[in-house]
Amino acid sequence: MQDFDYDAPLTVADAVELLSRHNGTARPLAGGTDLIDHIRNDRLQPELVVDVKKIPDLNILDISGNGLRLGAAVPCYCIYGDAKVVVDYSALTDSCRIIGGMQIQSRASVGGNLCNAGPAADSIPALIALDAECIIAGPSGTRTVAADEFCTAPGQNCLEPEELLVELRFPPRTPRSGSHYRRFIPRNEMDIAVVGVGASVTLDDRGETFLSARISLGAVGPTPLFARAAGDLLAGRHVSDESIREAATAAQSIATPIDDMRGTAEFRLHLTGVLTRRVLQCAVERARGTTDPTAEIVPQTG
Amino acid sequence: MTCKRIVRITINGRLEEFLCKPRQTLLEILRDTLNLTGTKEGCSNGNCGACTVLLNGRAVDSCLVLAVETDGAEIETIEGVASADGLDRLQSAFLENAALQCGICTPGFIMAAKTLLEENPDPTEEEVRFHLAGNLYRCTGYDKIIRAVLDAAADRTPRQETEE
Repeated sequence: MQDFDYDAPLTVADAVELLSRHNGTARPLAGGTDLIDHIRNDRLQPELVVDVKKIPDLNILDISGNGLRLGAAVPCYCIYGDAKVVVDYSALTDSCRIIGGMQIQSRASVGGNLCNAGPAADSIPALIALDAECIIAGPSGTRTVAADEFCTAPGQNCLEPEELLVELRFPPRTPRSGSHYRRFIPRNEMDIAVVGVGASVTLDDRGETFLSARISLGAVGPTPLFARAAGDLLAGRHVSDESIREAATAAQSIATPIDDMRGTAEFRLHLTGVLTRRVLQCAVERARGTTDPTAEIVPQTG
Repeated sequence: MTCKRIVRITINGRLEEFLCKPRQTLLEILRDTLNLTGTKEGCSNGNCGACTVLLNGRAVDSCLVLAVETDGAEIETIEGVASADGLDRLQSAFLENAALQCGICTPGFIMAAKTLLEENPDPTEEEVRFHLAGNLYRCTGYDKIIRAVLDAAADRTPRQETEE
């Protein structure tokens, strides 16, 4: 692996100063499960690696009446290790359980998964479905970007070289809400998603009508996609196979999958419909309280 | 030209100090600097788990950890699993179940399985398979490893003496 320098600042300001001073030749390091691999393969050639794991702001994991605050460096195992996060932000913890294997989850962060901006990233459809906002620090202050606008192209994100993703913020969950993320992969674990779908629903008091829904698709476009219209059409609709199928068809209509070694475009389009239905059904069951996300340690695939 | 750093870690209960460049991974330091060659290099990209060690109690792929990140940490490697009294029950179970042939993946599996049994002393077969998903294996087809881990969990395997 090529040589690089290493620094571990203790504050966001110090990290931003380092990134600014190195003007594109420095890279933040959280879990390192993408970055170190990229450096080894010469995909990235930083002169300086800025370890952000010692910055308290990036290690926040806090649920309150104001919602969830998730520091960008918090590793996956901490996220699904918090029972309240599992219950209230299930799609997020679903994705954290299946990013790589257990060893990867000991280190990898959702912030890093987002910044890596893979089109098939598992956490991003969950972030979009849960309406997360990305808090970004730079030399002139902080700015906020919606999760569905963070990725701009395969492997590219909206950060300037001197900026640092600090935190993800999720709105508080209303009663009768449920969410889920599921992907299709050829094996049982460890694969990259052929298609991934995240969805969050809120139902009325009787659990029979959708009040709102958000659906997001992974691995069927250059970035993860927000299927806004597909979710919006469920608002006010009775929870039924028919309404769910309509939403799934609407989700399929925005997918632009390609043929690659993991699957054909035609297969991916088909999977998008199937997974959207199943993910919505699971989100509904969780919203109704008929299934308990804390009891599902081994996730379902496909 | 980057400077070497001094890193101090505790490995298998013993304090170690070494010099390393920032680009050197924990795996590289364990094998090449500290001569702890029990931890193996398989894929170098976090897929195969052959390099699994425990970092502050968590199983990690040491090929994806920079040694400089581990300053002050506690590391456990396969060399620390057996005790003066004999093999760990997991190691005995692997032998009894013929859960290894070439043995390259074995240290990684044992470290990963060790954390599973610490978190979940009575796992189902499904939970064992899920927890060990980050460890790849080519020789005998996984099943014997799963049996070994389940046996160790049930403590069915008699302890064996370490050979000197």
